[in-house]
Amino acid sequence: MNRSIITVVGRDTVGIIAKVCTYLAENNINILDISQTIVSGYFNMMMIVDTGHITVDFHRLTADLESLGNTIGVQIKCQREEIFDKMHRI
Amino acid sequence: MINISEVIETNRMIEKENLDVRTITLGISLLDCTSDDIATLCRKIREKIVRTAGNLARTADNIAMEYGIPIVNKRISITPASIIGSAACRTPDDYVKIALTLDKAAEDVGVNFLGGYSAIVSKGMTASDRMLIMSIPEALARTGRICSSVNVGSTRTGINMDAVRLMGDIIRQTAEATRDNDSLGCAKLVVLCNAPDDNPFMAGAFHGVTEADAVINVGVSGPGVVKSALESVRGASFEVLCETIKKTTFKITRVGQLVAQEASRRLGIPFGIIDLSLAPTPAIGDSVADILHEIGIEKAGAPGTTAALALLNDQVKKGGVMASSYVGGLSGAFIPVSEDQGMIDAAECGALTIEKLEAMTCVCSVGLDMIAVPGDTPATTISGIIADEAAIGMVNHKTTAVRIIPVIGKTVGDKVEFGGLLGHAPVMPVNRFGCEDFISREGRIPAPIHSFKN
Repeated sequence: MNRSIITVVGRDTVGIIAKVCTYLAENNINILDISQTIVSGYFNMMMIVDTGHITVDFHRLTADLESLGNTIGVQIKCQREEIFDKMHRI
Repeated sequence: MINISEVIETNRMIEKENLDVRTITLGISLLDCTSDDIATLCRKIREKIVRTAGNLARTADNIAMEYGIPIVNKRISITPASIIGSAACRTPDDYVKIALTLDKAAEDVGVNFLGGYSAIVSKGMTASDRMLIMSIPEALARTGRICSSVNVGSTRTGINMDAVRLMGDIIRQTAEATRDNDSLGCAKLVVLCNAPDDNPFMAGAFHGVTEADAVINVGVSGPGVVKSALESVRGASFEVLCETIKKTTFKITRVGQLVAQEASRRLGIPFGIIDLSLAPTPAIGDSVADILHEIGIEKAGAPGTTAALALLNDQVKKGGVMASSYVGGLSGAFIPVSEDQGMIDAAECGALTIEKLEAMTCVCSVGLDMIAVPGDTPATTISGIIADEAAIGMVNHKTTAVRIIPVIGKTVGDKVEFGGLLGHAPVMPVNRFGCEDFISREGRIPAPIHSFKN
């Protein structure tokens, strides 16, 4: 298992999760957990995903998600989980 | 499992509060490059740097992308060049050839600075050390990426006042040699006391002879994150203030530790240390002076500044030490004037003087850093300033440094633009009374007594 965190931030609109999930399914990325919240009027979604079996390399994945975000009008980031784990867990 | 608020907090630090890894510095020993022929020496230096650091920049960029954390600088530190060149160099010009080789190698491997054009002369100078020091003005004028440092004293050895006197002259000559560029050469030249062997930050970085063949050192940053955290505890007690700084620096340092371990693993080079630093940049919101303001000081330099800085420096270390397996370098809060918008503002409005900065250096991680002074400041006065800082370091068992820029053709009230991370600064007034008779004495100041601590 190779876990990464995908975050989506922006104005809420129809089909955000659908579009992101479609991309993930096409690239063999399993979703382990999804949560979302509204912070200062902005839609915040976090997905924990398994990127251990991806069909593209990680660079391509982050670039693709970023451009997908641009087409929807939200910011999408994909980061390896360790940065959050190291910062918030001892 | 990580929750959404933790993810949002981390990404807010990176996107809104300028959290970054300031530098991955690859220390490279050049001891195995020595030769008595200058051409052979330069060829071996180049080969070793390209071989060892060839993947540094790309690896750092990959890590930055995968974790979503900016890694601002990729740098190299080398064994002090005075040692490497000692068998081959017969004149200062030979040392300049080494500088040009290093500059080209740094450019080829894609690093923005290479440190270690240095001499360690805390007790005495060899002929090679003197030649290297004499070559510094030309070396810095003819290169873009080379940083130079000279260690003139230590708690164990005292202060080499012959080197202090010489460095006053060398700083002036470097200013003259780069006068068309606001004396920029001096921004890449630092005079140290108690210089650490593993400092990843420029201009004082070099790879000490106590170090392994190659090592990864990482400098973290994040003044904006600390300031932002303190905004939520305005008016709270010192206990709450200190706890907040500690918790924040713990988080910042953990990111540095992650990046250092990952870089070490990918490059196959051992991890050395994390430098726990609050290193400001001229960007708005990335200022140590702003943290002091948030602690309750109207402007950096006002009464209370030294105490607030002491508190900040100590809490940074306390929070950071537990976050990293190995801590070293300078570790603490940096107070460079030109690289910190809050410090620039304080200097411009008269709140901050060189004398107050000197007091602040007693309790923070470095010394008088990136200070522009009038171009007609005498060499002996610069030496006097260096001696004062070295004395603070020597007596207090800490690193101190002077990176001062006598800007040729400019005087108090003028502004200087260094560009990029080096920032801009007002020319600050220097005490106009002299110390020529003191500086012209030969020899060294003896080491301080190490007993009778009461």
